Amino acid sequence: MLSRDTRDPATRPRLLLGLLALALLWPGIRFSELDLSVLLASDSQSEMGRFVATFWPPTHGAEFLQLLWQATLQTLAIATAGMALALLLAIPASLLASRALSLSAASRAGRPSQWGQLLRWPVRGVLIFLRSVPEIVWALLFVRAVGLGPTAGVLAIAITYSGMLGKVYAEIFESVDQRPAHALLQAGSGRLAAFCYGILPNVAAELLSYTVYRWECAIRASVVMGFVGAGGLGQQIDLSMRMFAGGEVASLLLTFLVLVLFADQLSRLLRWRLA
Amino acid sequence: MKRLVNLLLVLCIGVAVLASFRYLGIDLGELGGSGNLKQMAAYVQRFLSPDLSIGHLQAIARGALETIAMSALGTLLATVFGLLLALPAAGRFGWPLQGLSRLVLNALRAIPELVWAVLMVLAAGLGPNAGTLALALHTTGVLGRLFAEALENTPPEPAEAIRLQGGSAIGAFCYGTLPNLFPQLLAYVLYRWENNIRMASVLGFVGAGGLGQMLYLSLSLFQEAQASSVILAMLVLVLAVDTLSSWSRQRWVKA
Amino acid sequence: MTLHLTRVSLTHANGLQALRSLDLHIDAGEQVAIIGPSGAGKSSLLNVLATGLRPGNGELQVLGEHPWQLSARQRQRLRARIGLVHQAPPLPPRQRVITAVLAGKIGQWGIGKSLLNLVHPLDVPGARAALARLDLHDKLFAQCQQLSGGQLQRVGIARVLYQAPEVLLADEPVSAMDPVLAGHTLKVLCEHAREHAVTLVASLHAVDLALAHFSRIIGLRDGQILFDLPASAVDREQLDALYANEQLQPSPAPVPTLSVQIPRC
Repeated sequence: MLSRDTRDPATRPRLLLGLLALALLWPGIRFSELDLSVLLASDSQSEMGRFVATFWPPTHGAEFLQLLWQATLQTLAIATAGMALALLLAIPASLLASRALSLSAASRAGRPSQWGQLLRWPVRGVLIFLRSVPEIVWALLFVRAVGLGPTAGVLAIAITYSGMLGKVYAEIFESVDQRPAHALLQAGSGRLAAFCYGILPNVAAELLSYTVYRWECAIRASVVMGFVGAGGLGQQIDLSMRMFAGGEVASLLLTFLVLVLFADQLSRLLRWRLA
Repeated sequence: MKRLVNLLLVLCIGVAVLASFRYLGIDLGELGGSGNLKQMAAYVQRFLSPDLSIGHLQAIARGALETIAMSALGTLLATVFGLLLALPAAGRFGWPLQGLSRLVLNALRAIPELVWAVLMVLAAGLGPNAGTLALALHTTGVLGRLFAEALENTPPEPAEAIRLQGGSAIGAFCYGTLPNLFPQLLAYVLYRWENNIRMASVLGFVGAGGLGQMLYLSLSLFQEAQASSVILAMLVLVLAVDTLSSWSRQRWVKA
Repeated sequence: MTLHLTRVSLTHANGLQALRSLDLHIDAGEQVAIIGPSGAGKSSLLNVLATGLRPGNGELQVLGEHPWQLSARQRQRLRARIGLVHQAPPLPPRQRVITAVLAGKIGQWGIGKSLLNLVHPLDVPGARAALARLDLHDKLFAQCQQLSGGQLQRVGIARVLYQAPEVLLADEPVSAMDPVLAGHTLKVLCEHAREHAVTLVASLHAVDLALAHFSRIIGLRDGQILFDLPASAVDREQLDALYANEQLQPSPAPVPTLSVQIPRC
């Protein structure tokens, strides 16, 4: 029995990983200027505490409630309109980008020819670009381009979510059994027909489920984008925060929570019914 | 009957979409009209020549490092505190603590990161510290809830066996539950880190440092060339983190 | 008396009565086999002896103590002196064999040592020796999910051997092994018990193995002891009465597989 056998092979990689983590931790703390004590320090606590103390009671005057209602409807409208536009872009993009529609893949057991792969990459690249830039950056740009208000929000959601939806749709198309579609393609049907008869029935439920889930995310995103002037609840929260009107912020936050809950329930209902 | 209800639902959705456009007063025709398009095209043109001077690139590099550090440390703190809160939230310490910890986790995750960032800027001042804390607080809520669900779904037999041979509760958790839980935890943490790098770029808009603060500043000063190079940097960052996280997932997350 | 059951009854949470008014006395250093048909209550009996399940009524005495009258901490210390080999080894799939075996001594180590062991195994030679007796020393650093059912059972046994308890309880320790390997493993267990004066109680399905390796045989049926005899005195008639209308070879329970959900972005 060699003494070498009793050494644990996992020691070296673990040690290296540990050292790497420590080596990255120090500059990480320096760059992020991490300081947890601010949460407990007395002066900042009193400043933040004073602000948070004004949260109670939440403002509930009739005029403000009217404003609240309008802002909520606006947020819902931004999310829905944005998703509708996003779908308009995403559906054709996903069909273009997905290998599921590849004619060459049908006769090569699922792997498209060189040309097939080459032509699909630009579309995929565009989709990835659209989804990688955070939607709030798009919102900021659109606010500068088309002015303050919900239009910027709608366009921002439309662009970012078309990227997200397009990419995930393309992946969903490819994740399901391809053989029915391949059989149809080899029998001479058009690509779209093969897709509708061969793939769509299997993926419809998952597509719907993901779309509804994304709509829910869009509502939250609309609120966040409001901070840069894209309308809805977010813009109101930003305004109230700037005026240090704690009561209004509290009401707005509560409304946001209720909205998110409502959207969650609605999305569950839709997913259950339509899937 | 089911088909009728489904058809009605689809109609309702269609009506809702149209109503949204009407309510917002968005006229797509006007938007796509030649005047507006020309205006937008002119605006986009100003972005097409990014500023790549050394000084600006150095500033971007520093901003990028701040953003990465914010997201990484925020996620790391959230993992630790999320796990600590997930234990009572999964019912390990009794019913009243479960309710309380679930309430705390829900409160933390319901408030968007941006709102947390504004609060943290009030508490900690401008700079990346506020952003890190904001990310940490929000992500604790998200990860804590995900961890609690994963904890509830792990098989209890290995931990029970350790308890049966005299091990302490901590020993039973570390040797019995954690090995089963670890791949799922890692998957959630990596997924959240991908999301946090996007949010970290954005929190700078309210003063929390990083690339976001640079972008907000240059856009406010109408320096589109500088702004476009910051956006490119954000893009590269997001793509890099996405690739790294999916590689890590392939390598370490195998059930 | 090391193990002492007086009129012990046990009813499971789902209403099934597993043990009915059982009386059992086992001295220190004895080697006892428990046989019986499926559903006779063998696992329940062993779990009661291991202080895993609390009997509904009756008196239980293990190693001179009444475990259910002790405080929780004292009971944990008592449990460290009792070892239970489970029928389905409760080993996490991604855990390495060495960690699984060294986990046997967690009851005796403090918190610090247990946590340190997770990062770096503290007693590789000890674990190796325990696995070597079961011919598994080459799997020292493999992951549990890479082992077969029989190998996993042997790792479970190695863990209990490493724990070095005073009372060794084994619930179907060889059910996933072929007859030759099963016989060899039982021989190792009995030798260990003899050398270290450990009380060994094993439940077995294969009657021939029980008769070959153990000196005292207890027949359990429907939660009651049908006979309690030395191996030489067990004859065909009593075995027929024990296993009347029952199959002799049950199938092992399926193990649920773990799945990881990766959220879609």
